[in-house]
Amino acid sequence: MSQSTTHSTAALDLKTTFGFWVYLMTDCVLFATLFATYAVLRGSTLGGPGPHELFNMPFVLAETLILLTSSFSVGLGVLAARQGQQARVLFWFGLTFVLGVAFLAMELTEFSHLVTEGNSWRRSGFLSAFFTLVGTHGLHITSGLIWMLLLVPRIFTRGLNAMMVRRLTLLSLFWHFLDVIWIFIFTVVYLFGVAR
Amino acid sequence: MKLGRHFTYIVGYVASMMLTLAAYGAVTGQWLMGRWLIGGLVVLALVQLVVQLKLFLHLGDEAKPRWQLMAFWFMLLVLIILVAGSLWIMYSLNYRMTPEQMNQYLIKDEGIHL
Repeated sequence: MSQSTTHSTAALDLKTTFGFWVYLMTDCVLFATLFATYAVLRGSTLGGPGPHELFNMPFVLAETLILLTSSFSVGLGVLAARQGQQARVLFWFGLTFVLGVAFLAMELTEFSHLVTEGNSWRRSGFLSAFFTLVGTHGLHITSGLIWMLLLVPRIFTRGLNAMMVRRLTLLSLFWHFLDVIWIFIFTVVYLFGVAR
Repeated sequence: MKLGRHFTYIVGYVASMMLTLAAYGAVTGQWLMGRWLIGGLVVLALVQLVVQLKLFLHLGDEAKPRWQLMAFWFMLLVLIILVAGSLWIMYSLNYRMTPEQMNQYLIKDEGIHL
């Protein structure tokens, strides 16, 4: 690779990363509005069950640790991609995908338990805000998984070229960002919810 | 260099894991109570935020001018105005309504006659 192509690749990397970063920042503002709504409606249970009765904390802790581990594995996946180690990229992104699916499955299990026990988003203002905030995060996780599913198999056909490494980097930024949002969902919704 | 990069992810992972478990233990083990517990949880979450921003998202590692960092600070400003502003308005409604407004509200909307 000549010096000028190396230079233009690096410049393009910086530009796309910054563009994607701006998107992530606006997504943070979206989550801020949902957190504000949740904070206002937290006590509005309309005589229905509150966080104490509804949240299964060991289950939520397991979800949290799974998502955190997937954030770690996606980071190692990008490092492997930058070093051109295809087998390792496939391993770490594969692991991230499996952990992401496990997280999503646990979240949907929690939601379906709540709904079948009559505590859906229609039950109270608190539950509406809860489902909106946590569900929006879950939708982001779902789109991240679809993105992984569409992007990673193309490594087989196209190899780890500069464009592929750049796209894997953006995907990893998105995934790390979702784990950062989850820290606050775990703290504000679940831990504050059951704190005495 | 190669070891260094991996090392930051391992440190970030172990630190985040410990901070999460500490926060969980503080609530379920009732190590702290009331305001101290809430304050402790906020501190643990913010420390984990900084750890992950720095070690996973590499915020602030770019060359100058640091546009990503500036976008982040601006987002933080908007976020604080949004969240603190919403809570301030919603929790000070009682205080900001005059007694007449409050009476009218009670009579009209709640059907309460004092």
